[in-house]
Amino acid sequence: MTSGASSVSVAMVGSGGAGVLTTGEMLLEAACAAGWNGLLTRSVGPQIRGGEAASLLRLARAPVECMADQFDLLVGIDWVNAGRFGDEIPLGPASLLVCDPAAGAPPPMAANAKRVIQLPIAELTKAHPAWRANMIALGAAGHLLGLDEAALHGVIAKRFATKGSEVVTANVAAAAAGAQAVDGDRGRVALAPVAPAAAKRWLITGNEAVALGALQGGIRFAAAYPITPASDILEWLAPNLTKVGGTLVQAEDELASVNMIIGASYGGVPSLTATSGPGLSLMIESLGLATASEVPIVIVDVMRGGPSTGIPTKSEQSDLNIAVYGMHGDAPHLVIAPQSVGDCWVSAHWATGLAEALQAPAIVLSDQFLGQAQTAIHRPAERPPAGQRRVADGATLPYARYALGGDGVSPMAIPGTAHCAYTADGLTHTERGTPTSGARDHLAQLDKRRDKLDGHEYGPLWATIEGESEIAVLTWGSLTGVVREGIAQARADGVSAKLIAPRLLLPTRPAEMSAALAGVKRLLVVEQTHGQQFLKYLRAHYDLPAAVSVLHRPGPLPIRPHEVRRHLIEGGSR
Amino acid sequence: MNAAEPLKCRPSDYKSEVKPIWCPGCGDYHVLMALTRAMAALGLPPERLAVVSGIGCSSRIPAYTNCYGFHGVHGRSLAVATGLKIARPDITVICASGDGDGYSIGGNHFLHACRRNVDLAYIVMDNHIYGMTKGQPSPTTEPDFDTALAPGGTGLRPFNPLVVALASGANFVARAYSGNPNETAELIVDAIKHPGFSFVEILSPCVTYRPDQRSWKDRVHPAPVTPTDDPARAARRLMTDDGFNLGVLYRGNRAPYKPPTAAAMLAPESLDEEFVV
Amino acid sequence: MSGANVPPVTSVAALYGIAHRIEADAAERYVMLADQMETHNNLELARMFRDLARAERLHADKIRDLAGSIGIGDGGGPIGPWKSDSPEAADLYAARYDMSPHDALRLALAAEERALAFYTDLAAAKVDRAVRDLAASFAVEEREHVALCHRLLERYPPASAVRPGDPDAPGDR
Repeated sequence: MTSGASSVSVAMVGSGGAGVLTTGEMLLEAACAAGWNGLLTRSVGPQIRGGEAASLLRLARAPVECMADQFDLLVGIDWVNAGRFGDEIPLGPASLLVCDPAAGAPPPMAANAKRVIQLPIAELTKAHPAWRANMIALGAAGHLLGLDEAALHGVIAKRFATKGSEVVTANVAAAAAGAQAVDGDRGRVALAPVAPAAAKRWLITGNEAVALGALQGGIRFAAAYPITPASDILEWLAPNLTKVGGTLVQAEDELASVNMIIGASYGGVPSLTATSGPGLSLMIESLGLATASEVPIVIVDVMRGGPSTGIPTKSEQSDLNIAVYGMHGDAPHLVIAPQSVGDCWVSAHWATGLAEALQAPAIVLSDQFLGQAQTAIHRPAERPPAGQRRVADGATLPYARYALGGDGVSPMAIPGTAHCAYTADGLTHTERGTPTSGARDHLAQLDKRRDKLDGHEYGPLWATIEGESEIAVLTWGSLTGVVREGIAQARADGVSAKLIAPRLLLPTRPAEMSAALAGVKRLLVVEQTHGQQFLKYLRAHYDLPAAVSVLHRPGPLPIRPHEVRRHLIEGGSR
Repeated sequence: MNAAEPLKCRPSDYKSEVKPIWCPGCGDYHVLMALTRAMAALGLPPERLAVVSGIGCSSRIPAYTNCYGFHGVHGRSLAVATGLKIARPDITVICASGDGDGYSIGGNHFLHACRRNVDLAYIVMDNHIYGMTKGQPSPTTEPDFDTALAPGGTGLRPFNPLVVALASGANFVARAYSGNPNETAELIVDAIKHPGFSFVEILSPCVTYRPDQRSWKDRVHPAPVTPTDDPARAARRLMTDDGFNLGVLYRGNRAPYKPPTAAAMLAPESLDEEFVV
Repeated sequence: MSGANVPPVTSVAALYGIAHRIEADAAERYVMLADQMETHNNLELARMFRDLARAERLHADKIRDLAGSIGIGDGGGPIGPWKSDSPEAADLYAARYDMSPHDALRLALAAEERALAFYTDLAAAKVDRAVRDLAASFAVEEREHVALCHRLLERYPPASAVRPGDPDAPGDR
């Protein structure tokens, strides 16, 4: 029995419908309730049910924002199609394998396991038809992790409370039997003990955090068209917007959803929609409309593998190009990328305020990893700066909606305001909104829309910058946590590196980036794209050091901390 | 003044200083006239009205009024209008479109706006042609009408917007002819006042690409029957009419769209309680 | 104009209101046409339509004066009393961006003739005697306007049939 690790990773696999996703959530909940931290992601095939599914869970003493290099424990409820996860579930020489000998031979990825612990799932469920296989596995995993059995049973009771006491009793009994079956190895992969968390924590997914942050940032209208992996945002908002006097409406397509939020925001109500790459592609024309007509909107893009339908259920960062460059014409807008599940709350809150204050569309560029990862985070202590829309009150007449001058943000009249009626227009317009094709007005309004964004003071939220070194790693989005851990690993090997991760991707911040890169001689760029989109974006907008290397890979295979470490150690001088 | 009493308004109160770009002879001038008369008849102050449109000759209309206007992208006017009306139910929203904008690129939104039954008035200026792009066939163009894009005609059966509106759930279906601006104004008033999604198809000739439509003034005639609230009867009439029947052709009594409301309002800060462990 | 388009006129006061409305609508329509011609660079026609608008505005004022203490009411409210269109308002459909002064005068002539027909019909209708008499006096006035149009048409003969036409005609490209 070990004395306890600071971080333990568990993978549970089974054919879809075997219940591994629920099992992972319950393990996370039990661990977090006991004071640990954790991160849970899922990997599923495209099937609605059936097919294959995996819960990937990392439990730790300190907060974690990425998956570890290896899994310490692999629990197989069954092995149907489990081979498809081979690349996503690396096992190390000390890893344990828990499986039912009746389920047949484990897939090749299990070959690395040090030891196999047998769990007679089929035998138990045959003897007790009311027991569920995943509850037996849950009990076994909890026991191996050294989780408090009563606490785990409490989570089971809470989860199945609505199904009646018979179901709760059966599931608790199944979990207890699972624990009993592996009793000889109790605590084999135990976590080091922690004190219960003092402050309130949230157990939340990135998609929930985006939705909550946007709502608490002021969003009161949402239009929704379902798409994986963004639908959770919309489904959370549907009942919760109603509770605060807002509205969600389901649109007929993404063309409608983006235009509905433009209409609602034109009416004075801060508005949002959420989508993924294919939906963002459809919305792009109207994003240009929001830019030209200066209507604030927030669009959350939870990125998945692309192009086309790609891999709807798995993560990638390959919508960077369309988010930054997608629009026709010169169309300045905001692109903000959250860096962790907790940062999803911050980024959505911030993006809502910026869109409102700057009367421009904001894209929140999240991804499937962040969106569907669940973790315990500390309740945010501070709110991002509030952004209020500057509105016209009819005091200055004649009213010119697109008046030039000042910081470029011209007061917006809200329908109902007397003497300020105007027509918002996607056509090039004069200061009063009248369509024109004249060169002077075109240039003046392009300048206005650029300058109001470029000239804004975004403050320290623009980027995460950590450490000082002649070596820097530039990354963004969900890879920030991976890079942070990779840098920590390299430090243990005597190589230090600075982390730079811009949260604000548009407008670009050349002066701030120059300051961040001052003294950096060697740069490693880390990104989850096939085409090195981030590197090309950096090269287009920023002055980079002469020595630049890149660690990149498309989804769905995550980049792991040890790869960052290896690049830092092997890539150059210490 | 009594709050319930309409303001004494003149149509000119609703006209902006912006000069239309339409060709002289265009039916849309009549529609603008009818629209401003309808607005005056409603007696609402201009700032309580919003006119939303997409792209095309017809869709230029918001800027020619003194109301709040939104001139968006091609085909999406109904979506903008829907968002605006749901977010701001206190504003009277009129959506304006043409046969290309509304029936072709915006066709899906038309179906779902009818279905959703938000309290909007949707007026479509139908001239059976794409005018702004210079004379291509639209969904309502006759199959044998010769154009550069479809030499000899499209050979396609024209779209029947009224039948589609009825089948999709529109709560009010009417046909107007822009050459009768007063009757058109009355129909627009009726459409705005009727709860739910009200659709007015306005035959509005294009003098430039469809000079043959001058004959419409001799072909239009009042609908020989009173409006029905029975969709089956209305469907039979609309399927068999000659396309020149004017008036209210269906007046339904379906309750308009109403978003869900909460019994009690919560503070946004309280919503994070569900995540606390 | 069909009979269905004639609003019921039951009193002298109502007729003053309608007569004023007829002239005001005509003036408004000529302003629209003048604006259209300006937008399409037919400045000669723009001037002509503005002159016609001014003339109709004067007629409207004259009727207001004539009505004196009887007043002109609201002339049928914002929409107006006619089902289709106001009789003396020029037919917008007949407008073309390249129309000639002769074409414009034919437009005006048709409008005056419709007004004449309206008053002539009303003067012969089974309505109050005072209404009929007033309608008849308006008919006399409209007849003069019709005659004026005919005289002006002689001054502005039709454009040559072999006009070069629009080298950039919208239908050609």
